Amino acid sequence: MIPYPFEYKRAKSLGEAQALLAQNPDAKLLAGGQTLIPTMKMRLANPSALIDISKLSELSFIRASGDTLAIGAATTHGAVAASIDVRRLIPSLAHMAAHIGDPAVRAVGTMGGSLANNDPAADYPAAVLALNATIKTAKREIAADDFFTGMFSTALEDGEIVTEIRFTKPERAGYEKFANPASRYPMAGVFVAKTKDGVRVAVTGAGPGVFRVEAMEAALAKSFTPDAVAKIAISPDNLNSDIHASAEYRAHLVTVMAKRAVEHAVANDGH
Amino acid sequence: MTTVSMTVNGKPVSADVEDRTLLVYFLRENLRLTGTHIGCDTSQCGACVVHVDGRAVKSCSMFAVQAEGANVTTIEGLAKDGKLHPVQEAFRENHGLQCGFCTPGMIMTAVAAIERHGAMDRETIRHELEGNICRCTGYHNIVSSIEDAAKKMSEA
Repeated sequence: MIPYPFEYKRAKSLGEAQALLAQNPDAKLLAGGQTLIPTMKMRLANPSALIDISKLSELSFIRASGDTLAIGAATTHGAVAASIDVRRLIPSLAHMAAHIGDPAVRAVGTMGGSLANNDPAADYPAAVLALNATIKTAKREIAADDFFTGMFSTALEDGEIVTEIRFTKPERAGYEKFANPASRYPMAGVFVAKTKDGVRVAVTGAGPGVFRVEAMEAALAKSFTPDAVAKIAISPDNLNSDIHASAEYRAHLVTVMAKRAVEHAVANDGH
Repeated sequence: MTTVSMTVNGKPVSADVEDRTLLVYFLRENLRLTGTHIGCDTSQCGACVVHVDGRAVKSCSMFAVQAEGANVTTIEGLAKDGKLHPVQEAFRENHGLQCGFCTPGMIMTAVAAIERHGAMDRETIRHELEGNICRCTGYHNIVSSIEDAAKKMSEA
C-alpha cells in the first residue's frame, strides 16, 4: 500500500526540526515511524511533510546519575532493553522495552514517539505514569500525571517536541501484560511501582488511554502483596471492547495482570 | 522526486524516487531484488525484513529516503562466493521452510538475533521470531534451523 504524497525532510538539529515544524503546520515528526508509517500506508494520516528526527544524536542517549535515569526521546526500545544502566536502576522498564512489539519494531521505535502518540495500547505510558516520570520538551517539563490527556492525545502543544524522559529508581516495580497474540501489544498491561512517595498502579491497553487504579494503590500502600490486589475488580465501563477481548474480559485481565506485576515487584526479579 | 543513494549488498546504488517510496518497493522494483517479500502490508508478517546499518527492520515500514547513506543487506547479500550463509544452510538442512514465502524475512531476522545473542535456547528463538509469521510450518523446524545455525556459528 502506498501513502499519500508528502515531502521528506531530515532535520540536522533539534533547532532545525522546530523551525521546519513551524514552517510546515501540517507536517509530522518522524522518529521510528512504526505507528506513523503503517497509519500513512492505510491512508489514515496525510501529513504534508515528514520531519525526520531519528538521526539526531542529541535526542538519543541514556544517562544515569545517582538514582536518576534520563532517556533521550529518540532512544530505541532495543537500546533501552539492552542498557546496563536501565537494567540496573529500573529493570522492569528494560523488561517492558524488550517486549514491545517485535525485534524489528524495537530496532527503530522510540520512547518519545510512543509517548507523543499515546496509543491506548502502547506499553511505555504505563511505565511513565506508574514511575511518575517527567517528560521534558524543548521548552518545559511535564509531569506524567498531566501528560496523558486521552486517546492519542497529550499535553503537548503544536510544534512541541519531546526531548527527554526522566525517571527515578523505584524501591520496587513490576510490569505484566497480556499481549495480543499476533501483534504483541497489551490487551491489558499493568505497571506497579513502589517509591518513597507511595505506590502507583498504571494500566494500559484496557481503556481509551493509560489510567491509574486508586483502589489498588491504596490497598498496596497498606500491604504490598499480590493478595492485596487479587480481589479488587475494576469496572468494565469505558474499557475497550473489540474482536480480541470484551470490556468485561479486559477488566478481569487488569486484576490478574496487577497481581502478577506485584508478584514480580515483590520478587524484584526485573520483570 | 528525490535522489537517494545507499549501499545495498556491498554495491553503491542510486535512484530518483518519490519521498513516499517504501524501502521494500525501492529494493524490489528499482533494484529488482525480489528476494525481499511483501506478505501482509500491515507491518505484521516480517517477510520484508532486511538489515539497515546492521539492524533488522521491516522494509515495508520505512521509506527509502530514510535509508539515505545507509548500508543495506537483503537476503541476496548473505551468500558469499556461491556458498550459502550458515543460517541459509541450516534452514536447508533442517527443512526450515515449506512454501518459502516467509523465509527471507525469517533468515534476516535470525541472522540479526544470532549477532545479538550467539547460541540461543528455543524459548529465546521463539521470542525473537515474534515479528515473523509463517503459515506453513508451525515454526518447529524454523526454530530448529536457527538453533542449529546459532550453535554452529558461535562455535566457529
